[in-house]
Amino acid sequence: MSLKGFHILFISVSTLLALGVGVWCLWIERTESVPAFRIGAVCSFVAAVALITYGVWFFRKMKRLRIIT
Amino acid sequence: MEIPYTVTARPDTGLWNAKVGIWLFLASEVMLFGGLFSAYVFLRLDADPGAWPHGLLNVPVGTMNTAILIVSSVTVVMAWASLKMRRFRAYWWYMLVTILCGVIFLGVKLIYEWPQKFEHFGAFIKKDALEKYEPYLGNHHLAEKGLPPRTEISGHLHNHEALHDENVKEYEIALDPVNADPANPAMDRPHFLYIPPTEKVAKIEKADVEYANMFLPKHSAYFASYFTITGLHGLHVLAGVIVFTYLWLPVGTKLYKRNPEHLANRVEVAGLFWHFVDLIWIYVFALFYLL
Repeated sequence: MSLKGFHILFISVSTLLALGVGVWCLWIERTESVPAFRIGAVCSFVAAVALITYGVWFFRKMKRLRIIT
Repeated sequence: MEIPYTVTARPDTGLWNAKVGIWLFLASEVMLFGGLFSAYVFLRLDADPGAWPHGLLNVPVGTMNTAILIVSSVTVVMAWASLKMRRFRAYWWYMLVTILCGVIFLGVKLIYEWPQKFEHFGAFIKKDALEKYEPYLGNHHLAEKGLPPRTEISGHLHNHEALHDENVKEYEIALDPVNADPANPAMDRPHFLYIPPTEKVAKIEKADVEYANMFLPKHSAYFASYFTITGLHGLHVLAGVIVFTYLWLPVGTKLYKRNPEHLANRVEVAGLFWHFVDLIWIYVFALFYLL
């Protein structure tokens, strides 16, 4: 696997982590009632969207540049 | 002597040599970290109810470190892509950001997270003395709620000499909030944030203590696993930073002028290693900080 492929895999795993952290924050916020975790959930979901956007951009750019290794 | 297949692919493998080498190396790394993660999971599953620390690590700090490593993965790929496009200046800057991310990650670990543990102290109370320390343990309150009992009293140790001097008969501890106000329902669950010790001081007689130590690897199986895995991961980050710095220094410039594709291949191999290290961190973060 090339760095390009591994990077796409890594960004996918990171996106899943960001979504997981978001859900985790919501769960902690519900059980602990700590408002800081609500902010954490919002940040995590925003990060997940950013990672998906970046992943799509990266994939298209690599395809356009035809960087194949 | 010229090392063969550093740029072009070997006809039999279809890959240049360093790429085969790095994937073989990463396979061995999977086994190394896989063994450690398995050990952690089994130790945790085998622990007595309530005995395994949960929510002890600072999640916001861990999240920040995770974000730093994700950013560094992006910048290292950008550095590699810049070399492929023969844009050396962009490569130089992306590589610098990658190195800085690695240094910041290590700095947070070594200057903030680990020392915070080293300053902390915990004393496990003997079973027959649990009742004596009920005001600090709150086990009656926990039993009413059907929660597992507490056996450890933790905080900042005031008299460090108590650890080594047999003539000192008790530990003086500035209690953690969980032991300062153990019957408070807010203390029943983990916090996942750093809450400093209170000013309430407790005196714990050594004769009542089963085992006591600072939050070091020898404190418990939890800290042994935590320091082993995060320490080994930290060494990998350090190795990555050293390799990136080498490729970023004038050595990289010289190689670029001689054969830019060779430098791009070296950066790709180092980038694969870096991605693996970052992927390991994602597992560390989920296992130790969240679950």
